[in-house]
Amino acid sequence: MPSNALLQVTGLTAHYGPIQALHEIALEVNPGELVAMVGANGAGKTTLLHTLSNVHKATSGQVIFDGQEITRTAPHKIVQAGICHIPEGRQVFAPLSVEDNLLLGSFTQRKNKAWVAEETDRIYTLFPILKEKRRQAAGTLSGGQQQMLAMGRALLGRPKLLLLDEPSMGLAPLLVAEIFRVVRELNEKGVTILLVEQNAKAALGIADRGYVLETGRVVLSADADTLLADEAVQKAYLGH
Amino acid sequence: MFDQILQFLLTGITVGSTYALVGLGFAIIYNASDVVNFSQGEFVMIGAMSAVALTAGDTGLPLWVAAIAAVLITMLVGMALQRFAIAPARGASVVTTIIITIGASIFLRGIALLVWGKDLFPLPSFSGDEPIQIGNATILPQSLWVMGGAALLVFGAQYFFNHTTLGKAILACSCNKTAAHLVGINVSIMLLVAYGLSAALGAMAGILVAPITFTSYDTGVMLGLKGFSAAILGGMGNPMGAVAGGLLLGLIESLAAGLISSGYKDAIGFIILLLVLFFRPSGLFGKASVDRV
Repeated sequence: MPSNALLQVTGLTAHYGPIQALHEIALEVNPGELVAMVGANGAGKTTLLHTLSNVHKATSGQVIFDGQEITRTAPHKIVQAGICHIPEGRQVFAPLSVEDNLLLGSFTQRKNKAWVAEETDRIYTLFPILKEKRRQAAGTLSGGQQQMLAMGRALLGRPKLLLLDEPSMGLAPLLVAEIFRVVRELNEKGVTILLVEQNAKAALGIADRGYVLETGRVVLSADADTLLADEAVQKAYLGH
Repeated sequence: MFDQILQFLLTGITVGSTYALVGLGFAIIYNASDVVNFSQGEFVMIGAMSAVALTAGDTGLPLWVAAIAAVLITMLVGMALQRFAIAPARGASVVTTIIITIGASIFLRGIALLVWGKDLFPLPSFSGDEPIQIGNATILPQSLWVMGGAALLVFGAQYFFNHTTLGKAILACSCNKTAAHLVGINVSIMLLVAYGLSAALGAMAGILVAPITFTSYDTGVMLGLKGFSAAILGGMGNPMGAVAGGLLLGLIESLAAGLISSGYKDAIGFIILLLVLFFRPSGLFGKASVDRV
C-alpha cells in the first residue's frame, strides 16, 4: 500500500535473547509531524528506537523510511539516509571536547564543510552554553548541558527524522520545560520528530499525535489532545 | 663517568624510542576498542623480518622499497587479524578478546618460525655504520634514524588523533560504541583502520631498530612486553603517556645495565613497572576518568 509517511513501521518485533521486547509494532510518522511515544519504564521505548536505528536487530517486521526499506541497513547508513538518534542518557563522547562531539555529529556531512560550519553556528546560538564550554570535556557538563550537546550533535547529522529518547530523564522540571520548548521549536522549523518519553504530560503537550506503548505493544494511538483527555491514559500516566 | 652516563643516555633513548613506538601501537588499539593487543610485538617482528626477506639475495629490493613493502604487509596482517580473529568474536568480553590476541601472537610467531627458521637476521643500516662522536660518547647513525623516525611518527600520530576527524572518530568508537554508530560512524571500518595503523607503527619500529638489534622470529615477545610496559607506565590509553613511558623505560634499562649489571636490566625495568602499578595504578600520566551520568 503506498503511503507518504516519512517513517512507516509494520509488524516490528525484537528480542533480548529469549525475551520478546517488541510485539508487532506498527506506527507512522508523517513529514513535519512531532509524534510522541509514551509508556512506562520498561515498556520497550528505548528498544524500539534502537531497533529503528538498527543498533538492536529486529527479529521480524519492516521499517520503511523515505520510501526505502531500512530494517536491516547498517546503522551508519541509516544515519546517512537521514535518521539521527539522540539516545537515552545523552551518551556524549565524555573525554572529547564539546566541539569535537559536535564535529563527530557532522561525521556523515563532513564533505559539506560550509553547511557544517553554518549549522554549528546555529547550534551555538540555540544553546549558547555549548559555545561557552566548547573546549571542555563533554563529560564535565551538567545533565541538561549534555542533553543540549546530544541534541546539537544529532542536528549536525542533518536529520530528516529525529529520534529523541527520554530527553527529560534526570533533569530538573525547569530544564525539562526548556528542553521541550526547544524540541517544539525544532519541529516548527521543519524537523520531523519521534519523541519517546516517560513524562507523558510534557511529551503529549507538545506533540501532534501520540502512541501509548505497554509491555512492547502499541495499545493506543490518537491525536495528542485526545490522549491527554483519555481517562485510561490519565490514570496510568498522568497521575490524575 | 660523565662520558659513560652520556653513552648510557644515548643508548637508552634509542632503545626507548623503539619501546615508545610499540607502546603507541598498544595505546591506539586500546583507545579504539579497550582491548590490549598482545600481537603488537609480532607486528614489530613481521615488519623487520619481511624487510629482511625482501632485501635478501641477488634479487633483493632496494632497502627503502623493501621497508615500504614490509610496512604494507604488516598492515595487511594487522587488518586481517582484526577482520578474521577479533571481529568474529564481536560481543565477547574484553578479556576474551585479549586472550584471542595472545593466541594470534603465538600463531604469527609459529608461522614466522616455519618460514624463516630460528636464525638471527641483520638488516642493512640506512646510512652506514660509521659511529658518530658526541663528546666522548659515540652513537650509530642508525640510532639517529631510530630517534628521528620515532619522533616523526609520534608527532604524526598525535596530529592524527587530535586534529583529524578520522582520528577523533576512532576515539569515539572506544568511548561510546553505540553513540558512534548513532552519529553515522562505521565502527567496524574504524577498528580496521586502528589495527592497520598500529601494525604500521609496529612494523616501522621493527625496521628502524633491526639494523642495530638484528631480528628473529621471536624478537616480538620481549619488544611486545616492553611496549606494553611502556603503555602501562604512561597510563593505558594515553598515547603520549605511552611514548614517555617507553623513553623512560629505555633510559632506566640502559642506566641499570651500565651502572648496576646488564644481567638485571630487564628485571629492573619490570620492578619499576610493578612499583608504578602499586602506587599509581592509572600510570604516571594517566588521567582520572571524567564521567557523569
